[in-house]
Amino acid sequence: MKRLSNTLLLFAILLLVWLALTDFNLADRLLPGAVFSLVVAAIFAPGLDILSEIRPSWRGIGYGLVYPIVFLRELVLANLDVASRVVRPRIPISPGIVKVKTSLRSRLGRIILANSITLTPGTLTVETEGEFFYIHWIDVTSPDIEEASREIVRTFEKYLEVMFG
Amino acid sequence: MALAGSLLTLAGSLLLFLGALGVLRMPDVYNRMQAGTKATTLGTILFLTGIGIGRLPEPCIFRVLILILFIILTNPVSSHALARAAHRAGIRLTEGSVKDDLDTHA
Repeated sequence: MKRLSNTLLLFAILLLVWLALTDFNLADRLLPGAVFSLVVAAIFAPGLDILSEIRPSWRGIGYGLVYPIVFLRELVLANLDVASRVVRPRIPISPGIVKVKTSLRSRLGRIILANSITLTPGTLTVETEGEFFYIHWIDVTSPDIEEASREIVRTFEKYLEVMFG
Repeated sequence: MALAGSLLTLAGSLLLFLGALGVLRMPDVYNRMQAGTKATTLGTILFLTGIGIGRLPEPCIFRVLILILFIILTNPVSSHALARAAHRAGIRLTEGSVKDDLDTHA
């Protein structure tokens, strides 16, 4: 059952990417794309246990739709922040590596959290160790683990918690 | 549409330029990576979107969306790998860094 839903999910993702690459030319490209997507999905689904960590719930789907918007907002704000630092005559940074703690349990949730932190300029995940992340922060405002976790991790975490646990 | 595309492309190249400037000006490898690999993320996204919607008469927005998705998926993995390798190789943080939690732990 798990394996079947993983296969179907992978099949849907592959087919969507293929159709997007061909500008949704359904008449010519749907059939070969579907055949190859199915073959690839059937071969690789067993190695993708991680996909079954997605929690299928209406609330999870809603949060999944909101998450990209929250993420883009953070991305824009952080980009402007770093860009404005770069052009000052004396670069105003106080960098350091801080340890933060996440409450997420699932592997997939932690992967997405760590990568979201890395993609946001100003913070960079250097090492992970279970529930602890070591993050290079361009402007350390609070060296305390609790406060640093609140500032860096919480924004993303509250959404990922519902989606993956 | 062509105008909007051009403006987005211009904004994207500006951010990419600032990223390059950051690589030159930042004091150590970790801070340079912050500017070089990540201030460029939004730059690349804007640049590609601009090209996608500005390409007339047939915009190719779907293909550009796929490219953006791949950048979002791969960019953090590579920058994390580089930073982790640098820290493992023993490269110190710049003078004036506040703290290094990872160092005391290792």
